Amino acid sequence: MKKKASGNLTLIRRLALAPYSFWAALFIVVPLIFVAYYAFTDLQFRFTTDNITRFFTATSTVADETGEHEVRTYVLIFLRSLKLAVISTVICLIFGYPFAYLISKAGARTQSILITLIMIPMWMNFLIRTYAWMTILQDTGILNGFLGMLGLGRIHIIGTESAVVIGMVYDYFPYMILPIYSVMAKMDVKLLEAARDLGCNGVGVLRRVIWPLSLPGVISGVTMVLIPSISTFYISQKLGNGKFYLIGDAIEGQYAANNLHFAAAIAFILMVILLIGMAFMQRFANKRAAV
Amino acid sequence: MKTASKIYTGLVMLFLFAPIAILLVFSFNDSKSLSVFSEFSLHWYRELFRDSETLGAVRNTLVLAVCAALLSTAMGTAAAVGIHKLKSRYMRAVMDTVTNIPMINPDIITGISLMLMFVFVGRLFGAATSLNFATMLIAHITFCLPYVILQVLPKLQQMDKALPEAAMDLGCTPMRAFLKVEVPEIMPGIVTGLIMAFTLSLDDFVISYFTSGNGFQTLPIRIYNMTKKTVTPKMYALATIIFFVILFLLLLSNLTDADTVQAVRTAREKKKAKNKA
Repeated sequence: MKKKASGNLTLIRRLALAPYSFWAALFIVVPLIFVAYYAFTDLQFRFTTDNITRFFTATSTVADETGEHEVRTYVLIFLRSLKLAVISTVICLIFGYPFAYLISKAGARTQSILITLIMIPMWMNFLIRTYAWMTILQDTGILNGFLGMLGLGRIHIIGTESAVVIGMVYDYFPYMILPIYSVMAKMDVKLLEAARDLGCNGVGVLRRVIWPLSLPGVISGVTMVLIPSISTFYISQKLGNGKFYLIGDAIEGQYAANNLHFAAAIAFILMVILLIGMAFMQRFANKRAAV
Repeated sequence: MKTASKIYTGLVMLFLFAPIAILLVFSFNDSKSLSVFSEFSLHWYRELFRDSETLGAVRNTLVLAVCAALLSTAMGTAAAVGIHKLKSRYMRAVMDTVTNIPMINPDIITGISLMLMFVFVGRLFGAATSLNFATMLIAHITFCLPYVILQVLPKLQQMDKALPEAAMDLGCTPMRAFLKVEVPEIMPGIVTGLIMAFTLSLDDFVISYFTSGNGFQTLPIRIYNMTKKTVTPKMYALATIIFFVILFLLLLSNLTDADTVQAVRTAREKKKAKNKA
């Protein structure tokens, strides 16, 4: 009797997983196959590698002080996205890491207040937040009004790469703080005391104890800032010069122009590069953890 | 906290809240200027409440978020129960990997991938536009599911395995044991999952952008379309309202938070003890 009952239970549990398995296969796995399918086909759905080749070989001319240059359009866009995303991630890490540490050292009540405060901007729509920065950074915006009041000269920042970086840092800063904080909050204070007792100075404790222990949080923070930064398109449209600027803009532009196959090809390449990058980061993390 | 820490905290908060403060202030500006404050006025709020397209988008967003949150929580909770009991390590690894995909993939790729499939299937059936409320709901459920599963699964792992067995030994049917014993144990995870799914759905722009049809507009998409043209401070009024709704909900959840209740209680008791002394 009892055996039969537990048999039923197992059956129920197996069935419980069925809807999700079906859903995940149909709406998570199959769509990714569609990305590859569109990336490697032309408009008549015949196999072609043209879309992929186009990403690596398409050229355009850009003019700067030294004259006109022939550049590889999409490779350049990708490298620019990577550069801005890495800069934003590094800035978030440099400012977010000490802040996460500060929060984790505060009293319980202060901790929960500070974490709530950090999360409030996350719940505001990110389009509105980015738009607010646009009005601040405009040539006739608040920042320039403020600088003018102080008698300092106006600065032109909207439409530059710095403006895009400011937008990225602002939008994704909390994603860096929260995972680092959650690791630090769980850190055993006794370990830090032990390190001190064994003769470590402040820097030594930070380098040999706190940093290695917080590494999982740092890695998830870096991933959570880097991935949305590298693939964004709204921030660059509003704070950048609005042309094909970042890889996300390129995908969105091709989608808006109904070039679905090329949009899929760019998405496919981005996905492959991110996968490789993440595999490397995971290996680095495992190695560090092993040491 | 030391002074240096306080200054640093202040600067971070200034950076985080200055743009929001500016939105709040300029939503009450009489003129259209975004840098010079002329006179206090509720002009833009009146404009906002006359904008039926935006109000419709708010309604659409709420309908979509409620549907997506309920369906993804139901399916995700069931999935967590199933994954928890998986014996095969291989199957477990497959489920974990698949569940991680929507969280690791950039939103733009999740959006594009679903859109490509919807368009392809739509064409098979000869539909001119295949993107509508249903496709958006599917997309929202898909990106909410992993978050629900990741909230419920740890609660199942923390639960004492003997509990449901004891219930069955005492005569419960497996289903009854599950509903009466296991569900209450994992309830905190289910509730957090539901709330997370709801807020993720409310706030999503990128995936919605790629999977929405022309007929169905959510608030983030409406905001996107509004910011394409020159913007009136009407949108600032909207942002201000959203800000205060969030603040209200946060205060509410903080007040009902067990820790806070406990803290207030101890504070009161201390006060009483002091008064007595």
